Amino acid sequence: MATLKELPSQTAGPYVHIGCVPTCAGLEGMYNGHDLGGVMITGAPEGERMCLALEIMDGDGELVMDAMVEIWQPGPDGSFGPTAGFTHWGRQVTDCMNGIALFETLKPGRSAKQAPHILIWIAARGINLGLATRLYFPDEHNADDPVFRLAGNRAATMVGTKMEGGYHHAIHLQGEDETVFFDV
Amino acid sequence: MSEHLIARRDLDWHPQPLTPDYRSTTLRSPRHRRLHYTPTDTEMNGPTFGQHLIGPLDANLIVNYAQPGQEAIGPRIMIHGRLVDEDGRSIPRKLIEVWQANAGGRYRHKKDGYCAALDPNFGGCGRCLTDDNGYYAFQTIQPGPYPWPNGGNDWRPAHIHFSVFGDGFAQRLITQMYFEGDPHIRLCPIVHTIGCAKAIDSLVARLDMDATVPMDLRAYRFDIVLRGRGQTVFENKMEGL
Repeated sequence: MATLKELPSQTAGPYVHIGCVPTCAGLEGMYNGHDLGGVMITGAPEGERMCLALEIMDGDGELVMDAMVEIWQPGPDGSFGPTAGFTHWGRQVTDCMNGIALFETLKPGRSAKQAPHILIWIAARGINLGLATRLYFPDEHNADDPVFRLAGNRAATMVGTKMEGGYHHAIHLQGEDETVFFDV
Repeated sequence: MSEHLIARRDLDWHPQPLTPDYRSTTLRSPRHRRLHYTPTDTEMNGPTFGQHLIGPLDANLIVNYAQPGQEAIGPRIMIHGRLVDEDGRSIPRKLIEVWQANAGGRYRHKKDGYCAALDPNFGGCGRCLTDDNGYYAFQTIQPGPYPWPNGGNDWRPAHIHFSVFGDGFAQRLITQMYFEGDPHIRLCPIVHTIGCAKAIDSLVARLDMDATVPMDLRAYRFDIVLRGRGQTVFENKMEGL
């Protein structure tokens, strides 16, 4: 029986980097210069290595260059492990020059219930409550995945595109191609 | 597998995506309502962080960026409380990260151009893991209010940003903590993206004289509540690491 209420969210604001990725804010040497989540492959895990390049577009089609992006994903076996040498979790910022949040990770595997996917969570100035979406893969069978199916004719907004060494995905906060976001 | 449930998020308690008085939301707010589904393994699990990642001074912002033997300038305070879920259960060993402006209201960030001085001994970030009882504490200096470009004469109340992890990614939350008695709270467009006065009040830390250290620092109490487990509760063994 719930007796308390979740704290309401407030925007992460333009200075989220200070708290979550301090070297990106210019705090060289903070936390020994290691931003949490910057390295997802910490050993020599089995599985297919891939890059994931994420871009975020606002309602004018402009790149969002001050966002913090976290990803959380199954390992190559489709489970959340833990997997030796792999964190399942990464955190990057959209680069203030080119707008790309770049992750070096492993391609997630399929589980009994879900197609390979990556949970993406976005916090930034102008976003009042963190935005959760998913990435699905263009070279996988997604039609049986219950979350993919839930998105109906907007599901294509969650499918990345293949690129050299990995996948690229553009997330649209607004507009005709607005990405599917979840309350989950 | 995750038999346990999680309470659905009350989206009317949180700010709506589009809140025009906070202008940055205009182009960054999705227009479609978020689609709901029952959390899967993906959302019921979440990253875990070990104590080895946390340095001994990480939770002390008064000294964690200061030159040896020096300290940040400003009113010395402690922010402390418990991390719990909506059912009142402690959430132990989870990561809390904070960031804030200095005592003059200036952030150590390449994009903050406010004329207030930087403090060479203040970085403005801290982190810790909650203890076995879900308790956390940060030592810091009280941040100052500051003006921000939002179209008018807008000033943020003094605040500290909090980034919090729970057991599952569904509980992930970023919010801001305010200080009891700050007159800017009622004026701030970002605070008032939240529609409910009671919800706003839950972000206001209270002066805590019981925990205040005489001749040293004042304490503020701020309990952090994440989503609960819903109506049907299954006690589960710890998952993950």
